Amino acid sequence: MDGIITAIRVVPLLDYVVLSFILFSIGMAGVMFRRNTIIILMCLELMFNSVNLLLAAFSAYHSDPGGQVFVFFIMLVAAAEVTVGLAILVMMKRNVDSVDINQLNRLKW
Amino acid sequence: MVTTNLLATLVPGLPLFGAVVIAAMRRQLKGNAAGMLGTTMVVASFVCSLLLFLDHDVVSVMHEAGLHQEHPPEGASHIVTLFDWISIGNMHIPFAFQIDALSLTMMLIVTGIGSLIHLYSIGYMHDDARVSTFFAQINLFTFAMLLLVMGANFVVTFIGWEGVGLCSYLLIGFWYTTPAYNYAARKAFVMNRIGDVGFVLGLAMIFHLTGTLTYTEVFEKAGSLSTPVLTGITLLLFIGAIGKSAQLPLFTWLPDAMAGPTPVSALIHAATMVTAGIFLIVRSSVLFSLAPITQDVVLYTGLITALLTASIGVFQNDIKKVLAYSTVSQLGLMFVALGLGAYSSAMFHVTTHAFFKALLFLGAGSVIHALGGEQDIRKMGGLKGVTKITYVTFLIGTLAIAGIPPLSGFFSKDAIMLAAYERSPLLFAATMLVSLLTCFYMFRLLFLTFFGTYRGKAHAHESPLTMTLPLMVLAVLSVIGGLLNLPHIVGGHEPMKEYLATAADGINGENSDMSANTEWMLMGLTTVLILSVIVLAYNRFAKKTTLDPEADDLPLFSRLIARKWMLDELYSALIEKPYGWFSNTFFSVGERKLMVPLMENTGRWTQKAGKAMRMLQSGNMSFYLFGMVVGIIVFLAITLYGG
Amino acid sequence: MQYLFYFFAAVSIISALFVVASKNPINSVIALIVCFLSIAGHYILLNAQFLAVVHIIVYTGAIMVLFLFVIMLLNLNKSTEPQKSLMTRIAAVTAGALFLFTLLGALRMGVNITAAHEFNAGTGLVKSVGKSLFGEFLLPFEVSSVLFLAAMVGAMMLGQKTSPPPSPEERGFTPSRPSPVGKGPENATM
Repeated sequence: MDGIITAIRVVPLLDYVVLSFILFSIGMAGVMFRRNTIIILMCLELMFNSVNLLLAAFSAYHSDPGGQVFVFFIMLVAAAEVTVGLAILVMMKRNVDSVDINQLNRLKW
Repeated sequence: MVTTNLLATLVPGLPLFGAVVIAAMRRQLKGNAAGMLGTTMVVASFVCSLLLFLDHDVVSVMHEAGLHQEHPPEGASHIVTLFDWISIGNMHIPFAFQIDALSLTMMLIVTGIGSLIHLYSIGYMHDDARVSTFFAQINLFTFAMLLLVMGANFVVTFIGWEGVGLCSYLLIGFWYTTPAYNYAARKAFVMNRIGDVGFVLGLAMIFHLTGTLTYTEVFEKAGSLSTPVLTGITLLLFIGAIGKSAQLPLFTWLPDAMAGPTPVSALIHAATMVTAGIFLIVRSSVLFSLAPITQDVVLYTGLITALLTASIGVFQNDIKKVLAYSTVSQLGLMFVALGLGAYSSAMFHVTTHAFFKALLFLGAGSVIHALGGEQDIRKMGGLKGVTKITYVTFLIGTLAIAGIPPLSGFFSKDAIMLAAYERSPLLFAATMLVSLLTCFYMFRLLFLTFFGTYRGKAHAHESPLTMTLPLMVLAVLSVIGGLLNLPHIVGGHEPMKEYLATAADGINGENSDMSANTEWMLMGLTTVLILSVIVLAYNRFAKKTTLDPEADDLPLFSRLIARKWMLDELYSALIEKPYGWFSNTFFSVGERKLMVPLMENTGRWTQKAGKAMRMLQSGNMSFYLFGMVVGIIVFLAITLYGG
Repeated sequence: MQYLFYFFAAVSIISALFVVASKNPINSVIALIVCFLSIAGHYILLNAQFLAVVHIIVYTGAIMVLFLFVIMLLNLNKSTEPQKSLMTRIAAVTAGALFLFTLLGALRMGVNITAAHEFNAGTGLVKSVGKSLFGEFLLPFEVSSVLFLAAMVGAMMLGQKTSPPPSPEERGFTPSRPSPVGKGPENATM
């Protein structure tokens, strides 16, 4: 325990920032890369997590628990979002028999 | 103080209340109810004005301060501020009334004559289907006119100024089913607008140079302005006055305005609204006194208008048109007085003119009413036996306007003519000519209408009491109106001049140094000439049994005058035709060749662009996401590297 | 100790890439779970123990299981996997890379990222976060329950088998007038 505590701040904050940037970019590229709606949802989760990580890192480095409370709330929202998202996905599979996001192309006009 | 404020609010408030109530309940008010309500409101307003007048005892203030001061003494005017109206930057315009001798005089005229005419209208408009609308509008007019005369700054006056213009428009076109009447209403409105532009520009100039529009403050700062600037301001204000008071070159609307109901002609186009221009100049007399060039312009504009319209009046055959030209001519005389700096004489003439011209118009209305709508004097005659009250009162009015001593018109007109004589005998001769012409056409009118034999067909009958009562009251006023400003020479002490001197700076300057002998001589000369003109008119018209020829059969010069000096045609050729030509050219070239293709192509290209942009809305969500990411990148790049 | 950070970082990046690249949805889910676990490791390194635990429970335990269930429910596998065209993929990768470079460029432009001087190692402990959560953020915490309720109701409503609604006769009503429904489409213009 103490070892871990002393280990904090050994890693520069900048590295956390860069890591979360990379994860976020990967998630975003994935959203564009894939057509499977469920993978797109997963990539969204990935982006959520990169932001969470960033928040948690700043919170720890600035000794402010508020950031971590925020992460907690983001998790709440993500859970709710996934629930609804997956329900829509099931609906979609049932109605058009596909999870291809390009099938949902009637959202125009 | 509290009562003063209350009364000052009630004076314009009551007619406004009447107008709103009548307008809102015009379907519920049956028969005479609207007329009764409207008349009550104006009478109540008159009572309030009277109380204010009695309460506001400036003459004693004046006597305490000593007569003939250079400036009105303290306490001569009382400002009633209702609320802060406009307050932007350094512009502060309260909604305030100025109660002083000048506004009180005008208030008494407006509400007093207004009450009588309202009463008269009950009888006159009895059969009209839209009688409630009529009373709502005429009450609204009274309100606007009171705003005009009571305003403590130019802006409140301007509101009233526009308000009376609007009501005038509405009431001229009251019988809107006749296209000619609508045209007359539009003409009046447009001509007034031309004047209003001058007025507004004048206000802008005043505000720009002095930073205020409140009368008292403007007049305090007037001395520091240079003469050219003052000339500019006063000329602009005078343009406004020209439009409203129907002077050359904007007078042609007033004769056409006779399309409205006769009480309207009496109230708006004879007694009150058309005197607004004179009121404005008297109110701004401080400015005008400092601008000699403008005074000359005012003088000669008035003189030419008076001569021109008096000559037209001689050849008119419509009973109301004769009176209308007479009104313009008399207004011209008032402007002559203003141009001579005789402000109190002008106001005196405004007052007496309000009495006898309202009387004449109402009398004419009574005649028209008696003959069932006939207005052509060639088809009248011999009415003195049938409509006795109308005849007697009309005779009194005619004698008054002709200037027979000791009726009111004699004193007021004489004051102006004396002032003219002081400037030059030639000017006196010109004003004399105007008054002789006035006398001639008025007696022509009188003789053709009431003497000789009846040449019309309709069955004549005397008007009801609501119509004759105002006639009698106004006749009495026309007789004794001279007492208001009895000159020194006949034992008076010019109370009205003394009273008005407490309000307007310019009035104190006018001190006659004419000898009594000259004055007596001029009065005598005037009277003798007028009497001889009456005899001339009597010989020519009183025994008439046949119809006058149409205008086309007259000799050339007379025909020119009868055609109103071709002024309408002149305006048409100079303004209407070129304007129409320009409009047509702009339409065929600018509109058709330039604007329309521009518009059409704008639409066409927008459609094309829309069609192209629609392709972006593919419905493909990955594409939207892609667009979003590109947008974010661009946005980030701009904020980071661009700034 | 920092080696542990770089290890976790490498794991999370590689597994994230695998999530995107994998052709089989099941493999993607497994990779994402690995990624989330490594992120939980980061939380522990940051001494955010509460977050780490909640993260594992919520994400790995609940959300990812939900994903797995859905995938199995819909019977998704490699053969049903829709594929994008090569152009789109290249565009997607380019856009992602550009985005990353823009963000990294932003760091270099002088966005100041330094740790505060005063330091409390116990920030992430349950005690500290709990005090903040039930003190300062009590109202949002309570309100979030409403969000969950809404999400629950919404999910159930979306997920139920939709059959054509029963006709009025079936429900025991006699229609007094023609139903307005059905008049719309004829009049609607596209």
